[in-house]
Amino acid sequence: MGTSFGRGGATTFQQDLQFSDCIVIMGSNMAECHPVGFQWVMEAKERGATVIHVDPRFTRTSAVADVFVPLRAGSDIAFLGGIVNYIIANGREFREYVGRYTNAGTIIEDEFRDTEDLDGLFSGWDPEQRAYDNTSWQYKDMPTAASAGSREVAGAHGQAAGSHGATHAGRPPHSDPTLEHPQCVFQILKRHFARYTPEVVEDACGVPRDLFVRVAEALCANSGPERTSAFCYAVGWTQHTVGVQYIRTAAIIQLLLGNIGRPGGGIMALRGHASIQGSTDVPTLYDILPGYIPQPHAREHQTLDRFVEEDAAPTGYWGNMKAYTVSLLKAWWGDAATEQNDFRFDYLPRITGDHSTYQSVLGMLDGWVHGFLLLGENPAVGSAHSKLHRRALAKLDWLVVRDLYEVESASFWYDAPEIESGELRTADIATEVFLLPAAAHTEKPGTFTNTQRLLQWRHQAVEPSGDRRSDLWFAYHLGRIIREKLHASTLERDRPLLDLTWNYPVAGETEDPSAEAVLREINGWDDRDQPLSSYTQLKDDGSTACGCWIYCGCYAGGVNQVARRKPAREQSWVAPEWGWAWPANRRLLYNRASASPSGEPWSARKQYVWWDAARREWTGADVPDFDLHKPPDYEPDPGARAGDATAGDEPFIMQADGVGWLFAPAGLVDGPLPAHYEPHESPVTNPLYSQQANPARDLFFRRENPYNDGDAYPFVATTYRVTEHHTAGAMSRTLAHLAELQPAMFCEVSPELARQRGLQHGGWATISTARTAIEARVLVTDRVRPLRVQGHTVHQVGLPYHWGTRGLTTGDAANDLFPLALDPNVHIQEVKAATCDIRPGRRPRGGRDG
Amino acid sequence: MRLGDLLGRWPVLRQLRARDGRGHGATVASPQTQQLHPRTEDADRVVQSICPYCAVGCGQLVSVKNGRVTGIEGDPDSPISRGRLCPKGAASRALVSSPGRLTTVKYRRPHGTAWEELPLERAMDMIADRIVETRARTWQDLDDDGVPVRRTLGFAHLGGATLDIEENYLLKKLYTALGALQIENQARI
Repeated sequence: MGTSFGRGGATTFQQDLQFSDCIVIMGSNMAECHPVGFQWVMEAKERGATVIHVDPRFTRTSAVADVFVPLRAGSDIAFLGGIVNYIIANGREFREYVGRYTNAGTIIEDEFRDTEDLDGLFSGWDPEQRAYDNTSWQYKDMPTAASAGSREVAGAHGQAAGSHGATHAGRPPHSDPTLEHPQCVFQILKRHFARYTPEVVEDACGVPRDLFVRVAEALCANSGPERTSAFCYAVGWTQHTVGVQYIRTAAIIQLLLGNIGRPGGGIMALRGHASIQGSTDVPTLYDILPGYIPQPHAREHQTLDRFVEEDAAPTGYWGNMKAYTVSLLKAWWGDAATEQNDFRFDYLPRITGDHSTYQSVLGMLDGWVHGFLLLGENPAVGSAHSKLHRRALAKLDWLVVRDLYEVESASFWYDAPEIESGELRTADIATEVFLLPAAAHTEKPGTFTNTQRLLQWRHQAVEPSGDRRSDLWFAYHLGRIIREKLHASTLERDRPLLDLTWNYPVAGETEDPSAEAVLREINGWDDRDQPLSSYTQLKDDGSTACGCWIYCGCYAGGVNQVARRKPAREQSWVAPEWGWAWPANRRLLYNRASASPSGEPWSARKQYVWWDAARREWTGADVPDFDLHKPPDYEPDPGARAGDATAGDEPFIMQADGVGWLFAPAGLVDGPLPAHYEPHESPVTNPLYSQQANPARDLFFRRENPYNDGDAYPFVATTYRVTEHHTAGAMSRTLAHLAELQPAMFCEVSPELARQRGLQHGGWATISTARTAIEARVLVTDRVRPLRVQGHTVHQVGLPYHWGTRGLTTGDAANDLFPLALDPNVHIQEVKAATCDIRPGRRPRGGRDG
Repeated sequence: MRLGDLLGRWPVLRQLRARDGRGHGATVASPQTQQLHPRTEDADRVVQSICPYCAVGCGQLVSVKNGRVTGIEGDPDSPISRGRLCPKGAASRALVSSPGRLTTVKYRRPHGTAWEELPLERAMDMIADRIVETRARTWQDLDDDGVPVRRTLGFAHLGGATLDIEENYLLKKLYTALGALQIENQARI
């Protein structure tokens, strides 16, 4: 999303789905996993929209869709690429939108070679580094800070670039508005996807040609000036070794059809946790600082100026990155951060590669990570190859777990499956464990940022009892105690800690710090200590402080905007006075694109934001995602910088060139265009290229992480959720109602597979991979259909991943089966497609009963 | 009892008399059901909250009586959820008031075979000591090539997607000042 459009968040909001004419849900079982949000899909259906569900399984979403398309897990890019080809081959693109609002006409370097030329690889591949040098992917004759062909540097910044749009030095020197130049993006795109024919889709995905064409045609027929279509996805797209490119393919479709920035259009990212969007915006992630500012890299970023020069394009709103960064440093180090000392940019620890959680876990096994803090996380159940995680926990010196319940990651030392099997012995485990009870959502005030970038405040209902405390309390007091312990230190390394601004008002018996004071800091203030109202006020001279620039304005006027609760019935359907959305309370991003280049709505039916010529400003149903008074015919001066360099008809204001990226010259480590690669473990040969899997994927060749090979594991395994349980289960297996509604770990198989393997409905099955074996109750159902792929039958096994050894309902963890094989951009694991075997009966018990 | 009275209590007759043919009205109310009323009516106060499960962000109304949560319902004012909750959201009163919840700190010493009690204050002090000690032991001013990195890779953090943004903010701020880099959350998973 970030690379294509400029911001790493859903482009739309859930209520807007009701105005869609066609909704494709793919990589998501929205009715099951986001049931209350799904009401807006049903509203659209009531209004006549076509609802399409593409999924390996027939689910509750499929049951109410107009069209259900069963698809082989891991073949989505082939399917979506087929749609791209269908659009271009049949001239169905929204021509004016594509010509004006995307980089379709931009000319790419002559040296660029496509997967068509190199049989599945792009130019710049270095087989030794297993990484791309993206120099040849650039806009022709554009001076650029292309990332070097080093896996270490490229991989380090995946999340940052993938989230906030790529570094790119300004506007392209060459473009062809007719889109005919052989080296322009549109023609490259056309050639790249030409082989994704309906026949190939059938061969790769197991989707019959006519069914595929029905979907492609529905999308085309429901796009254009009068109509719009939307995509909804969830982790069914992200949890693959080529997951970011799944989303890129949808972005390309939506740009070609003119569906971004328009009501009823967009791409709705459905996040799984209450504040998963928020924990990326204000990250607890190694590679980014708040607001998607990259964590500085040791080699490239020793000084602030060098950092800004390397990482921020001079044009588009990232042109103000220095102001955002300086304001963050001022929020953290206050008076200690001055212009003379580079605002203490040197206080930020430097990354030198991939420091993601999977690396840390391997570090525990290898003995260089000694301590671990788990706050509301349960990797002993929830992470890929969870067995490896449990073994890693057993190697730690110390472990802190904070949760509502005693989760498997806290109790592994006495009740892990490895204890039962005899692989681990309690007395041998040296890990010191601190298990701290957490306060629940009703016991503390604070903000969740939901799936549509909306910040919503929770009021505190009651005081937490006993030792229960908020994580705010934990963070604040931990910092306070450590600072007290080190207060007399003269060591250089302790300066950032001692200079840190750490004065938050506390209240009550437990001395809970004020969440509102923290929110105020996130919002930021000026040199007179007055709350800022917009990120456009941020300065690079140290006169403003702001903890997260994209959240600037959430405390405008000294008022907690996040706590606004004007009832829905008392305001417009956009509900701008309910909570606060980033950026600048804009609910539908890039909404300048809902008007034509000259500023009028594309159609009366789809009007949203438009130029009011009389008042000389943008107006409409939402806050315009554009400079309010910048006219549609505004042309920037050649030397213009930042926002001033974006023309009046360029809606993607975060992008250096102001347009949506069909082709991504930077920002992705595995290619400027999506290409279908098989999952790391697949029973199928890639029908499109001789390059089988994503060449840049993260692999870990270690004894503890064996990969499946050969014919021993003939079936496809995929994981998913059910309505009644939540992720790794700590918040649902512990509750009587929910445990009773979904009382046992199960696996879904087709009647054909059940016959082939002798599986009994309701009986036990053992599912195995090279990692381990787990057992589950068998659910034989037509919902999982065998697919014909390349003349062979492919069987799929569905596995919910909620279970573990604890709670009111217990069972084996599906994640035990999966290896560490990650997307190279964002280091997310592939658990939506791998291979497995399945046999009747319970798994071997190991040690105790042989 | 007179026959007339007995007949009068016959449900069919009562329904007919009260024109309550489907038996959905007053004729089916017993003295016990007449005394039933929503817990929200007794609440000392009702506060607006947000569901802690998935990221749809449904509005919740939390009823409180005598300092305890007595009910959690959907908030009809929410433009997103319009008063609805899914089975998980509807179970969130159980989530916050379940007897299975942790109330006190538990401590397991190295090689220990059972949980032990530990005062919260002492636990916090010990955790701070562990962090200070591990950080000192694993501190890197320079990396192997002599480039300044100012960091520790000696400990890691995972968690955050169920945390508030204010909580994540303070955590990232503290860890950054400590030079701790391996700070991760569910978004990666």
